[in-house]
Parts: sequence; C-alpha cells; structure tokens
Amino acid sequence: MGVPISQILLTTGFLLVLIGFWGILRHRNILRIIIGFSLIDTGMHIVLVATGYITGGTAPIIDEALGIKEAATRTVDPIPAALVVTAIVIGFSVTAIMLSFAIRLHATRKTLSIDALTESRW
Amino acid sequence: MRRVFILLVVAGFGVIFAGLVTGYSERQALSALATFYLTEVPVDLGAANVVTGILISFRGFDTLGEVAVLFMVAASVGVILASEPGDKPLLLPAIGGKGQGPSELVRNGAEVVLPLIFLFGTYVIMNGHLSAGGGFQGGAVVASGVMLMMLAYPTGPLHHGFLTITETLAGVFYVSIGILGMVLAGGFLDSHILPRGEFGTLFSAGAIPLISMLLGIKVGAELSVIIDRFRN
Repeated sequence: MGVPISQILLTTGFLLVLIGFWGILRHRNILRIIIGFSLIDTGMHIVLVATGYITGGTAPIIDEALGIKEAATRTVDPIPAALVVTAIVIGFSVTAIMLSFAIRLHATRKTLSIDALTESRW
Repeated sequence: MRRVFILLVVAGFGVIFAGLVTGYSERQALSALATFYLTEVPVDLGAANVVTGILISFRGFDTLGEVAVLFMVAASVGVILASEPGDKPLLLPAIGGKGQGPSELVRNGAEVVLPLIFLFGTYVIMNGHLSAGGGFQGGAVVASGVMLMMLAYPTGPLHHGFLTITETLAGVFYVSIGILGMVLAGGFLDSHILPRGEFGTLFSAGAIPLISMLLGIKVGAELSVIIDRFRN
C-alpha cells in the first residue's frame, strides 16, 4: 500500500496550478499568460476529480462487472465528474474569448506583450 | 527584484497547497447525495452511466445553461474578431490563392481519418447513457474532426450558415423536449416522457439518448463555429 491515489492526483493538480501561476506572473507575452491560465484550469479539474475518489472505487457505470445493487458501495463519487464536465466547457469558453482578445490586441498594437497596454495600468 | 517577488508568491501558494495535500485523507464513503444519485439514476431513469444521468436529467437545466454559454462565446468571438468594412482583415486568410496549401500528408491523412473521427464522435454521443461519454464529449470529438477538415480543405465544403442552422435547430428541439417534459411528465427536461425500455440497450433510459444526441449536435456545431470564426 503506497501513496493513496487521491494524494497523487492532488499533488499533480496543484503542481500544474503552481506552474500556471508562475507562467502568468513571469511572462509578458499574452499568449504565454493564456497558456498559464489553461494550466491552472486543468490543474483545478484534476484536483476536483481527485476529491471524488473513494478508496477502491470504480467508475460509476453499471455493466456486467458492476451490478445495480452494489453501485452505491463500490463506485467513486459521480458528482465531481459531472461538475468537471461543466468546468471544462467554461474553461474552453474563457480561453476562446481570451485568444480572440489577444488577436485584437495584436491587430491594434502589433505586439503581443502586455507592456504595450500602459493606459490600463493603475 | 521582480523574480524574487514571483518566487515568493509561487512558494507561498506551494506551501498552502502542500498543507492541503498532506491534510487530505482519502474518502472512504460516499456522501448521501452521491448515494442517492447512484441508486436513483439506474433504477428510476434507467441510464447505466450515472454521470450522464446526472448531467442530462438532474442537472439538465444547468447543462442547457452551459450550452447557452457556448453559444454566447461563439457570438462574442465573432463580434470581437469582426473587422469593420474597409479595414484589412484581422487574421491573415488561412490559405490564400497564392499561399501554400495543406501538405499531401495532411490531406491524405484527413481522407483516411476523418470518417473514423466522425463515426467515433457519433458513437460516443449515442452511447452516452450506456458507457463513458455523452453529448459534450462526443461533440468535442466531432469538432476536432471539423478542425482537421478545415486544415485539410481550407476552401472546403463547410458552410457557415449550415453550422448556424444546425445549432439553432438542435437548441430549439432541446428546449421543446424540456417543455414536453413539463407537459407530459414531472418537470422541465424530465426524461420520463419516453418509455424507460430495457436497461442497458441503445433505446432505453427514456429521453436521455435523445437529449444527449441533441446536446452532442449542438456542442459539435458550436465548437465548429468557434473554430471557424478564428479561421476568418
């Protein structure tokens, strides 16, 4: 019995989030910032799914291997999985909007660096 | 200076996350809500895949809102990227008349792989209530096929109006099924309007396969519209 599965998943997810934070803070290129955001997003999804894991559980799909009677005792929590499907779509939408803004930015300023946007600094 | 600050911030978050991970003990039992879903979805709704059952039935209204979000994204990406008349286009035309076309490899590969991708997407959509998959996942597979098609045939047969009409019709039918659920069964998007059928077969689980199919068509069309907007 080594490290629990949910611990591994949580570590992976949080590491991705940290890499994303670093990418957002470190880089001035807006495309790299968007990639950082995507990493945070993906890491959060992994963390969410990891919280739904029950020790020894299997996928919540009823088939020959998993009867209706034992469904409630042998499966992982289906709710985080259902929520993450939603979250993935929202993440995709936000990324698409950000990318189109990046294209707009490049069209007006001829650069992808956020240093060009001085007037929106406070 | 800046670098030190960034390192401090990331390290701070790292400490917080490490505390969360070490303090987390793996769950041993399901919550009451999860147990309810796991017993109710197969027995009452007749869907073998509990996640699809939750998404389409219990959280059906949420899923409808999700699709609305996708629609708004497609529309707003179009608005943001729209170029005013007289301006030169924002994006370079994907493949101009004299530009370099897609390579032989991409075009031949697309001819082999595209039917398989679309078939797989349809399979994932249609079996959403039986095995892993569903409308969102299958729609994304179909949209990835559409993207490959756009790469292989830049001036290709895909018509923007066709996508928009498909998407609109799927949305209209989705809402109509929801309203039918209010009239014939317990509430908006209730899947009991169709017979439950035999558990584990393709035509079972009431209206869930139908809703899943409409959802798949709508998601696939919307994602294709978004990809298409980035193209021109």
